[in-house]
Amino acid sequence: MLFRLSIKNIIRSIKDYAIYFFTLILGVAIFYVFNAIESQTVMLNVTKSTKEIIELMTNILAGVSVFVSFILGFLIIYASRFLMKRRNKEFGTYLTLGKKKKKISLILFLETLIIGIISLIIGIGLGFILSQFMSILVANMFEADIEKFEFIFSFDASIKCLIYFSIMYLLVIIFNTISVSRCKLIDLLHSNKKSEKVKFKNPWLCVFIFIIASIALGYAYYLVTAGIDNMQNANAIYIPIALGCISTFFIFWSLSGLLLKIVMSMKNFYYKGLNSFTLRQISSKINTTVFSVSIICIMLFITLCVLSSALSIKTSMTKNLNELAPVDIQLYREINLKANDISDYYTEEMVKNSNLTIIESLKRTGVDIEDDLKDIVIVTLYESPEFSFKESLGSNFELVKEKFKYVHYDSREQIIRISDYNRLAKLLGKKTYHLNDNEYIVITDFESMADIRNIPLKHGDSIHIFDDILKPKYKKCQNGFLQISANHTNSGFFVVPDHVVKEEYRAYSILTANYKANSKEEKQKIEEKLHNFQNNNQYINPSMNTRLDIAEACMGLGGMVTFIGLYLGIIFLISSAAILALKELSESSDNKERFMMLRKIGADEKLINRALFRQIGIFFLMPLILAIVHSIFGIKFSTYILETFGRAGLLPSIVMTVCFIILIYGGYFLITYFCSKNIIKEK
Amino acid sequence: MEKILRIEEIEKYYGNKSSLTKAINNLSFDVEKGEFVAIMGASGSGKTTLLNLISTIDKVTSGHIYVGGEDITKLRGNHLNKFRREELGFIFQDFNLLDTLTAYENIALALSIQNVKANQIDERIKKVARELNIKDILNKYPYQMSGGQKQRVASARAIITNPKLVLADEPTGALDSKSAKMLLERFQFLNKELKATILMVTHDAFTASYATRVIFIKDGKVFNEIHRGDDTRREFFDKIIDVVTMLGGDLNDAL
Repeated sequence: MLFRLSIKNIIRSIKDYAIYFFTLILGVAIFYVFNAIESQTVMLNVTKSTKEIIELMTNILAGVSVFVSFILGFLIIYASRFLMKRRNKEFGTYLTLGKKKKKISLILFLETLIIGIISLIIGIGLGFILSQFMSILVANMFEADIEKFEFIFSFDASIKCLIYFSIMYLLVIIFNTISVSRCKLIDLLHSNKKSEKVKFKNPWLCVFIFIIASIALGYAYYLVTAGIDNMQNANAIYIPIALGCISTFFIFWSLSGLLLKIVMSMKNFYYKGLNSFTLRQISSKINTTVFSVSIICIMLFITLCVLSSALSIKTSMTKNLNELAPVDIQLYREINLKANDISDYYTEEMVKNSNLTIIESLKRTGVDIEDDLKDIVIVTLYESPEFSFKESLGSNFELVKEKFKYVHYDSREQIIRISDYNRLAKLLGKKTYHLNDNEYIVITDFESMADIRNIPLKHGDSIHIFDDILKPKYKKCQNGFLQISANHTNSGFFVVPDHVVKEEYRAYSILTANYKANSKEEKQKIEEKLHNFQNNNQYINPSMNTRLDIAEACMGLGGMVTFIGLYLGIIFLISSAAILALKELSESSDNKERFMMLRKIGADEKLINRALFRQIGIFFLMPLILAIVHSIFGIKFSTYILETFGRAGLLPSIVMTVCFIILIYGGYFLITYFCSKNIIKEK
Repeated sequence: MEKILRIEEIEKYYGNKSSLTKAINNLSFDVEKGEFVAIMGASGSGKTTLLNLISTIDKVTSGHIYVGGEDITKLRGNHLNKFRREELGFIFQDFNLLDTLTAYENIALALSIQNVKANQIDERIKKVARELNIKDILNKYPYQMSGGQKQRVASARAIITNPKLVLADEPTGALDSKSAKMLLERFQFLNKELKATILMVTHDAFTASYATRVIFIKDGKVFNEIHRGDDTRREFFDKIIDVVTMLGGDLNDAL
């Protein structure tokens, strides 16, 4: 009996449930897709290290899934509460008929159960279809070939969906039971008669607040774009964020009053058809939902930024690779060890052999690579215990230390001869320099370090290196690096005239070269040979950086960021669209009466539908428009922040983002429109 | 006199074959231009159904209703809306004002959906506001008004389009006696001075006594009808009470 009642309820109120269903199905599908990535990669032809990266990524995605499940859980509870409200009268009737609250809870339990099962089945089905496209995306991200395409169903992911969503449904059931047991009969029966008192704000106050909020917002925009160079430290970013959030709130707060003021002055437009009605509807809707609309706007803004940045990061990282890793291999090893260096780390033998060249020491352990390399450049780095970061700052040390508390000031500075540097720079495709006998240059490509190092340079302070006193050739750091890497991480080194350095302070040797190979396979073969180097206690193991390794790491990091961004972005998008849709629908009963009135005074269906479409459309567009304006500046800022990852054209990723928005946000808009249309049609 | 409304042998049945309810059972009457007609009857006598049929919100089972010579039972779809918007004016028991709009805008809406120009709208609203004595509350919202004020605003909305027929469904139902009296005096004014034709449904004898003719309905049929003629309102009221008494206990709530 109860079961039949539940099923009948669902079928009868299927229109109300549309949004709920849509959200659940999308939630399950997305959850499945991102948790099934690992199984999807089985068919890919990837190297072992890429496989490891994918494994790491799926682990991280699993962690993100927990966070996502929280968001979805809240969303589902919110949506179910909306449905409960819609049915207050029904429950009231049950109660007056003498049904026990326990029975009502049981009906709700059965309904949730049925809906849960159906949405899980459909959601996993949809996820299964979508995840096939996902494997193409994964293959593209990790530059892997699909050996043979096959449909893969991830059993693990579906079990995970089952568990996570069962917990969420359980929470919904608990919440429903609590709210049923708490409710009073009188409130249930009269719930739709409580009319809200419409509050209208002083239009002039609105205009005033709007202008102030716009100025504040403009200032926040200025801070993160044109004024970004004035930003002293990471904490300064909170100012524009706070400004942005507050002014977003006040813009929405004042928007309805302002809008009314403007449109009402256009009498011919205002008193045309249902325009006055539509406008009032929108303004009262915004008035009552200022807070949630602001939150949604900010969520959309984050979505836009995350999606467009995440989607572009891979391209920019690949681009970076050509700039920051222009050679095939670099080997890097300590040299010139002394007797007192002997420790757990360095054996006596190692110290003795530490003055051999890198190639020689490798050869002695059975790795002969001399014939595989070309364009070899070997440079030496010098270090002195008397010349650390602290000394390089000279008299500015106290000043700098106060500002940047958490920097290590005791680390030794690396020094290179100008002739060595120029040889290496030529190979790396960087600028070469000329130095006079008493000059030095600081080279870095890490912006925040450059900011610190520029302080003494600007003053033209002389430094004391070894036995010489040198003064800076340039007033600021020059751009460049010694070691190849995936991003801008060279925190700075000193280039000095050849005669300055002392041989006893030799510290490292760097060998830079290209492979004598034409294809990727040949290069991989050489690298495998190098990986065979056995750890031993006679020779120090040189650390190795190769372009192929960096490329793979780039790809992995890029892929990871992209997938996490996509995951979160889509979930945020779904959440904000669903909340908007529910807000709109929850007022549909009020709207129903209003539209009935319009019908009674003779407004055409067409006119009514158009009014409804505009009303919902504007309500959906408003947070989106402000979010788009926000993100124009936000994306500018994020490209600045992500500069270490390189710059790339954002256009394709923005196009992708727009597609997602149209698909998901637009989908919610249409469902809301059709549901509302159905609701106002009811008699 | 020109017949504004002609109702010919209409019937309205609800339900199916096994349980048939005859809400309106072979009912006919006419309303002439410039008349102020009240329809009285107990709950369930079919008066609200009758009003729904005339206002085209509901459809007759058989028979015809002519408004200004046009058979409205033959109208479909948007013609119905057009008819409602251009030929009829509505006044409801619960006012049916849009709570988000000011009095002015509520009245304007009736004109703007007929595509009347904004400057004309302003002129006509000022005129009707004078006639219904609502000039001071034009910029107020419904929640800031009393029931009587709301009903006068609703009346202004109903007559501003110069409808052939104004339909009022228990217009004083939600008003206290003082506001009811004031509203009915306005109705009389509209009827006498502006020649508005009003058809009012009520179960209240006092309200009905302001009309020029009262039609009594019982079980979906016309039971009786009385004209006011040259009687004073007081005399007419007594006559109505007589008929109500004759109708039996059904209309006791009229007293």
